[in-house]
Amino acid sequence: MHDDKTASPYEPALKHHFDDLGQQHEAAMLGMWLFLGTELLFFGGLFTAYMLYRVWYPETFGAASRTLDITLGAVNTMVLITSSLTMALAVHAAATDERRKLMAFLAATMVLGAVFLGIKGIEYHHKFVEHHIPGFGFQFEGPAPERANLFFSLYFAMTGLHALHMIIGLGIMTVMLIMAWRGRFSARWHTPIEISGLYWHFVDIVWIFLFPLLYLVDRHR
Amino acid sequence: MDTLAFPRTHYLNAEYGLKSWLLTTDHKRIGLLFLGAISLFFILGGIFAGLIRLELLTPPGDLVSDDTYNKLFTMHGIVMVFMFLIPSIPAVMGNFFVPIMIGARDLAFPRLNLLSWYIFMTGGLFTLYAIVTGGVDTGWTFYTPFSTLSSHSNVMTAAIGIFIIGFSSILTGLNFIVTIHTMRAPGMTWFRMPLFLWAMYATSLINVLATPVLAITIFAVALERALHMGIFDPAYGGDPVLFQHLFWFYSHPAVYIMILPAMGVVSEVIAAFSRKSIFGYKFVAFSSLAIAVFGFLVWGHHMFVAGMSVYGAMIFSVLSFLVAVPSAVKVFNWTATLYKGSISYQTPMLYALGFIGLFTIGGLTGLFLASLGVDVHVTDTYFVVAHFHYIMVGGAIMGYLGGLHYWWPKMTGRMYPDMWGRVAAVVTFLGFNLTFFPQFVLGYMGMPRRYHAYPPEFQALNVLSTAGASIMGIGYLIPAIYLLWSLKYGAIAGNNPWGAKGLEWEIPSPPPTFNFDKTPVVTEPAYAYETREK
Amino acid sequence: MEHVIVPRSTYYTIFAVLVVMTGVTTGVAFFDLGLANPVIALSIAVFKASLVVLFFMHLKYRSRLTWVVAGAAVFWLGILLVLILSDYTTRGWAWF
Repeated sequence: MHDDKTASPYEPALKHHFDDLGQQHEAAMLGMWLFLGTELLFFGGLFTAYMLYRVWYPETFGAASRTLDITLGAVNTMVLITSSLTMALAVHAAATDERRKLMAFLAATMVLGAVFLGIKGIEYHHKFVEHHIPGFGFQFEGPAPERANLFFSLYFAMTGLHALHMIIGLGIMTVMLIMAWRGRFSARWHTPIEISGLYWHFVDIVWIFLFPLLYLVDRHR
Repeated sequence: MDTLAFPRTHYLNAEYGLKSWLLTTDHKRIGLLFLGAISLFFILGGIFAGLIRLELLTPPGDLVSDDTYNKLFTMHGIVMVFMFLIPSIPAVMGNFFVPIMIGARDLAFPRLNLLSWYIFMTGGLFTLYAIVTGGVDTGWTFYTPFSTLSSHSNVMTAAIGIFIIGFSSILTGLNFIVTIHTMRAPGMTWFRMPLFLWAMYATSLINVLATPVLAITIFAVALERALHMGIFDPAYGGDPVLFQHLFWFYSHPAVYIMILPAMGVVSEVIAAFSRKSIFGYKFVAFSSLAIAVFGFLVWGHHMFVAGMSVYGAMIFSVLSFLVAVPSAVKVFNWTATLYKGSISYQTPMLYALGFIGLFTIGGLTGLFLASLGVDVHVTDTYFVVAHFHYIMVGGAIMGYLGGLHYWWPKMTGRMYPDMWGRVAAVVTFLGFNLTFFPQFVLGYMGMPRRYHAYPPEFQALNVLSTAGASIMGIGYLIPAIYLLWSLKYGAIAGNNPWGAKGLEWEIPSPPPTFNFDKTPVVTEPAYAYETREK
Repeated sequence: MEHVIVPRSTYYTIFAVLVVMTGVTTGVAFFDLGLANPVIALSIAVFKASLVVLFFMHLKYRSRLTWVVAGAAVFWLGILLVLILSDYTTRGWAWF
């Protein structure tokens, strides 16, 4: 293999086509930020639809929103924010070369992510029992039941996609945990942890918007 | 390949066997994988186009049934747009030349690049499956509520295929942007980059920012079709026009995904074959970015008669005229580059000149369509069909073929017979105009698109159009033959057969696996043709 | 290569603010403030998201290019929303 990076010492993490780890790090970080930009517009389509129909049908959206369990929603928000904290601390542990802490924080992040999905599963189950899932014998008592379908379609599309991102996130964290266990990261090179963290925080941010939009609209009635 | 002629090791003979191709992370090999795939899709889409033109040879719908015709034009559109035009120049020549032109050993994420090809093929297979098991009849636009409620064709499979293909172009775009930002060789400043790279950068920007909106829109259509969720369904209070907004938020900029790379190719070719640096380099560079940005502001002009508000339509109409400015900047600057150049009319140059002429016609007729009053008159007629084919075929495919002919010697190490190349370029140009110019007239006279029968008074122009399509088909067949022929029998190209400027012409043809033995240091601007002769 | 090392205390502070703001937005939702309800809810969401982006995701400490990428994504989402609104908000207007 052709190699002209003789000037720098041997770096096991350095790929052949980069000059040094700094360049490789910058490329990975920029790539992840761009990907998150893509993700923002991906969710943006559904947010656009939500905005439009919320303005058109405030009564129905309020009534449908009030059937969601605000306690579970708020608890889940807390869980996810906490997982963001543990993720940030995991990145910190990686940067300060504390392998045990890194693994502990990654594990904590995963546990919190799993708790979030568990609570979400309970909520979905409630909705299934109440026949609030479009396509599965949908029924809704209240004003304009057919428009409630619109709310719940968006609810399941948005929270479903969010949950899918959480599941993918758990997969990434598993890989990171294994890599950390094998001692692949150092204070000099832990870019995979950093970009996984970016992804995890982004998923958190999506929920930060989903919670008020889906659970809190018209809660006061 | 004749190994005696190539005693040295390069990317083609470094490894052999199917595995060395299917598991490669070499950007050049991945470019060729894309070339193979999209060529097959181009033939497929071309067959659909041929059948459409055959049906339209006579006024009554006699060759195929109306249902079949609906499927033909839908599948022609889907295959040509999503599986040929959008990947065409970026995935083939972008993959091959972006790293070389900035002096890098590979793209920033080589494995992601290979993944992008596999994603593309997976999506392609879904779409092919949809085609062979009965086809799709919604039009390539998948308009709701027809696509979600009424159509009985394979909408789901095709939609999943396009959803998947979208991620391929997102990953390619992301890879290019990161590569151009972080991997330029020493001395390769932004304003020393060849304009092809500016075009690829602008294209990638659109890929990254627009494609996800299409993905989510198609996802919503799939939900609606599979689970009867109601996001665009009027029965639940949803708005089908919202689908059109979201769809065109991607699909109008997608036109610039097709045309911007072609513009990049034309800048390279015009400079190389008139031996001059591009007139107003910075204007041409920034006009690529301007087209990418303005392209996002104009999608509403596809929906003037869809029931959007008059005021919204007026805003979109005004914004649509904006895109003409950077487009015109490019055309004028290319023309000014030609002025007093020492022009040689070799094959790539003929395609590039063809591009300028045809793109200008396509662009100017676009202004007709941006004007509210005219658009209402010609919406959904052959005028629109002719207009966007002047952009997509006259523009994008001419650019694609020009680029392929320009860089073929570098990619394969072999020359093709230039005489045949010139013949093919001229035949394609003539055939193209004969096919699509009559459609402007037909459309203006009121012939609607997407109908398999038409009144007898339109026949003469339709016969001309079909005849033109046959000639154009021959124009595409000739390069297919001599390019394949050249792989074995073509003259050895040498490093720089055109005497062109640019890092790609300073390395051997075909390039070695890691492109450069030593990271190059760039000391002069792109297209330094004049300085060389002093 | 520059790695950002933010003191742990910063993360805990941000976390505390995020928890408090979650409580506030949930609590406020139970009072009828008319149009202010969605405005407050979304403002708090934007504020929380900004904290996460700036501190947990280190945007505050990153290069200008990262700011441009993040800004571009938000800007393009803005294009989508604003131009779609240009249709829907003017739907009911009279013809002139």
